[in-house]
Amino acid sequence: MSARDEVMARVREALQDVPDGERAEDVTVAWSYGRPLATGAPGSAEVVDDFVEKVEDYGAVVVRVPSGGVETALREALAALDARKVVLPDGLDPAWVSAVAGAGVETFTDDPVLSHQELNGIDTVVTTAAVGMADSGTIALDHSAGQGRRALTLLPDKHLCVVRTSQVVSDVPEGIAVLAPAIRSRQPVTWLSGGSATSDIELSRVEGVHGPRTLYVVLVED
Amino acid sequence: MTATLPTPRQANPGRPGAGLTVAIFATCIADTMKPSVPRATVEVLERLGCTVEFPREQTCCGQIMTNTGYFDQAVGSVRNYVRAFGDYDYIVGPSGSCVGSVRHQHEMIADHAGDAGLARAAGSAASHTYDLSEFLIDVLGVEDVGAWFPHTVTYHPTCHSMRIAKVGDRPLRLLRAVGGLKLVDLPEAEQCCGFGGTFSLKNPDMSIAMASDKAHNAVSTGAEYLVAGDHACLMNIGGILHRQRTGIRTIHLAEILASTAKEA
Amino acid sequence: MTTQPEARPRLTPAPPEVSWLGMPPFPEAVKTELRRSQQRKNLAHATHTIRGKRALRASEVDNWEELRTAAENIKDRVGRHLDEYLLQAEAAMQAAGVTVHWARDAADATRIVTDIARAKGVDEVVKIKSMATQEIDLNEALEEAGIAAWETDLAELIVQLGHDLPSHILVPAIHRNRTEVRDIFAEEMGRYGTPAPEGMTDDPTELTDAARAHLREKFLRAKMAVSGGNFIVAETGTLVIVESEGNGRMCLTLPETLVSVVGIEKLLPTLEDLEVFLKLLPRSSTGERMNPYTSLWTGVREGDGPQDLHVVLLDNGRSRVLSDPVGRAALRCIRCSACLNICPVYERAGGHAYGSPYPGPIGAILNPQLRGLDSPVDKALPFASSLCGACNEVCPVKIPFTDILVHLRHKVVEKKTEKHPTGEQALMKTTGRVMSAGKNLEKVQLASRGAGLVFKNKWLGPMPIPLASRWLQARDVEAPPTQTFREWWDKEHRPSAAPGETAGGQGSATEEER
Repeated sequence: MSARDEVMARVREALQDVPDGERAEDVTVAWSYGRPLATGAPGSAEVVDDFVEKVEDYGAVVVRVPSGGVETALREALAALDARKVVLPDGLDPAWVSAVAGAGVETFTDDPVLSHQELNGIDTVVTTAAVGMADSGTIALDHSAGQGRRALTLLPDKHLCVVRTSQVVSDVPEGIAVLAPAIRSRQPVTWLSGGSATSDIELSRVEGVHGPRTLYVVLVED
Repeated sequence: MTATLPTPRQANPGRPGAGLTVAIFATCIADTMKPSVPRATVEVLERLGCTVEFPREQTCCGQIMTNTGYFDQAVGSVRNYVRAFGDYDYIVGPSGSCVGSVRHQHEMIADHAGDAGLARAAGSAASHTYDLSEFLIDVLGVEDVGAWFPHTVTYHPTCHSMRIAKVGDRPLRLLRAVGGLKLVDLPEAEQCCGFGGTFSLKNPDMSIAMASDKAHNAVSTGAEYLVAGDHACLMNIGGILHRQRTGIRTIHLAEILASTAKEA
Repeated sequence: MTTQPEARPRLTPAPPEVSWLGMPPFPEAVKTELRRSQQRKNLAHATHTIRGKRALRASEVDNWEELRTAAENIKDRVGRHLDEYLLQAEAAMQAAGVTVHWARDAADATRIVTDIARAKGVDEVVKIKSMATQEIDLNEALEEAGIAAWETDLAELIVQLGHDLPSHILVPAIHRNRTEVRDIFAEEMGRYGTPAPEGMTDDPTELTDAARAHLREKFLRAKMAVSGGNFIVAETGTLVIVESEGNGRMCLTLPETLVSVVGIEKLLPTLEDLEVFLKLLPRSSTGERMNPYTSLWTGVREGDGPQDLHVVLLDNGRSRVLSDPVGRAALRCIRCSACLNICPVYERAGGHAYGSPYPGPIGAILNPQLRGLDSPVDKALPFASSLCGACNEVCPVKIPFTDILVHLRHKVVEKKTEKHPTGEQALMKTTGRVMSAGKNLEKVQLASRGAGLVFKNKWLGPMPIPLASRWLQARDVEAPPTQTFREWWDKEHRPSAAPGETAGGQGSATEEER
């Protein structure tokens, strides 16, 4: 018997007490999915304020800018981050690309594909995001246009991420709902809640281990 | 005695228990080793107007067998509990642990024995079983039972009273209403004292390590008494406190509630 | 000097001589662990810190209890229909380009991973912290096959370089303090790659930087990674890994080949079910609102991440756990470690005393079920708890730990008594008989009253009596009273209620009578 058949047989044998007619949906799950928190609708002032507070609580920088203020904010951010080599994924707003290019940094694109070694030598990446979840201060990337493949937001030490306020939802359930179509179409998804961190030595938190040590969020009103 | 005695007062809790017949579940350990605890329970209940009866057939909740894994040996206790208490509407015991075992384990033991009738009867008896603190607050509706105890005490919420019987803050509410009593917080109050029934014999070193920390925390409060709602835990902690000549004594909640200004 | 394979120098730091099942049973192991005062300090500090953080983060969520119930329900749905969900997950993963393997046991699983590594021609793999691969002792299997497995989680790195065993599910080096970590890094890192910098202090930031530098080289070089998995979504075939440091993302993103060894119980029905677990897990585990990084991937993505994905679905005793309708609730576990952190026994014993990579309350209920109740180590585990129930309350999937412990104790007793009667069995039989009738208890009380008369009002100290001496070694005990409660009731109790005031009767007592 193959391992598969044997494991399946053991599992079926183990479940003899489950009535034959019972379907999975017959097991009650007392939960109503996708509910927002009481803080309000996506992009509402209360939700966005909560998001900012929670992201900042992780030690990340959040800069709020009006619609149309992204280019300036990006230039200021690159200066604040002391960025030297910046990778720009495909699909970013051309105005932002020009702004970054004019900021006195060396820019790279991922076309042709950068090697891991090359990416490791780049200090900053600029991306957009798929959704922000306020309650936990989480930003999710679905690695579609403007967000780059996963390695782009991993090897550079500084991540400059542009999030639109309309993308900010109150909590995880709405966030999952926003991401579900991308996941169902098999796009990888990465959630970021602050920069990388560890508490492995005496439970004392150290920010910045292997992932980007700095997360800098430009939150644009839209 | 404390240096500055507050003026004794005699609160009048009235007789909210008038007309109620209560069966006292003395628990085997207190019946045998610490009769002052069930006696105090009787005293409080009668002071509040209850008619207390003592069903002689009663023995033990059976958890010493159950929790050691001897389910078959616990069936006799379950059957006996139903026989002793099955006809009462109010069964009151001074132990969150024994009451918790009756409520949480008796049906399981009867089911395990394949006795559906016993399981039903055990479930019914369990639903009429109360820890003293629950009965006083939930059924009689009193917090001030007219007790007077002019001492500094610290309260240890025993694990089973907290997590199986789920008595919540009822013991604290009763203590706060006791005349003359000063309540001080116990550090790490919610940590187990390490008794755990046969755990104390099967894992003696761990049990002692836990009990020693609990005793240390009790001493650190400066209280005269450590109070709890389970005699077995008090025996465990009190044994350490006595061996180490700490001077702090243990006392059961029922004993404090039974104290009056007259005795003081 | 021979040329036999065993003479080949090791590739990775050797683990300690004694492996899990060679350890003494819990009560014995505890004797040694309780004497390690530095370890007890480290553990007390760590568990108290993380306990407080968990409580704070749980209290921030208004519907925390509702979430716990939902998680329990979802996991039960999966457990009761695991056969369907396994097939659904397998099909979904295959459709997304994942090669799915099945492993009956540790031998199957380690062979599958080794074969993949050999087929890829690699002599090293980078690893994400994974309980499943600890359970099957994958690193040693790979080492024997000439493949170096490098742990990349900081705590696992401390354990590996320290020739040590993990002692906690989430923080495997919880028993080590910063000075010990500094010494391990300074001594060992250079032997296996980038050395620790000269003059490194024991500041956690410096230690973490040393780990970053040591591992970066390995991440960039690695051709193959091995992970576990927190969840597999059956509907879509999506794998989910939650982590903090980014070592997980490195392993999941950079190498060409990724093998994920995942227990068969890790399935969730739908994507939407993640909303429950991703709220519960980080708050229960590290006490954060969200862990820094969560990766979700659904098969191979062209031009992004590993192009050769494998998933090994691991049984290794899980179907045995599933076959016990009471014990199967242990399979709800999402490895958050809240039960360890709250446990007064774990806090003092540490993880090694449990004889398995799964320590604490979850270890006490999982190991004896996964491995069976054959060894002295596994027979002792259901008793390694005072049944205080603190674990029940913090568990995000509402595992009824104490009920399962009691259930397993019964199984141990059944196993024990089927062969030959023991002293304990005789004692319990007698107690059972005594407690089955009031008059039997009264007879026993004659003896206790006798003892009371002998030791009148005294406290008893240490005495060389079997069993009792275990209690009396540290505790005094009050001598039994000369009068039991029932005797007092018969002889002295005078109802203080007024005559005629009985159930249903008219209360006629006046306050003055009191």
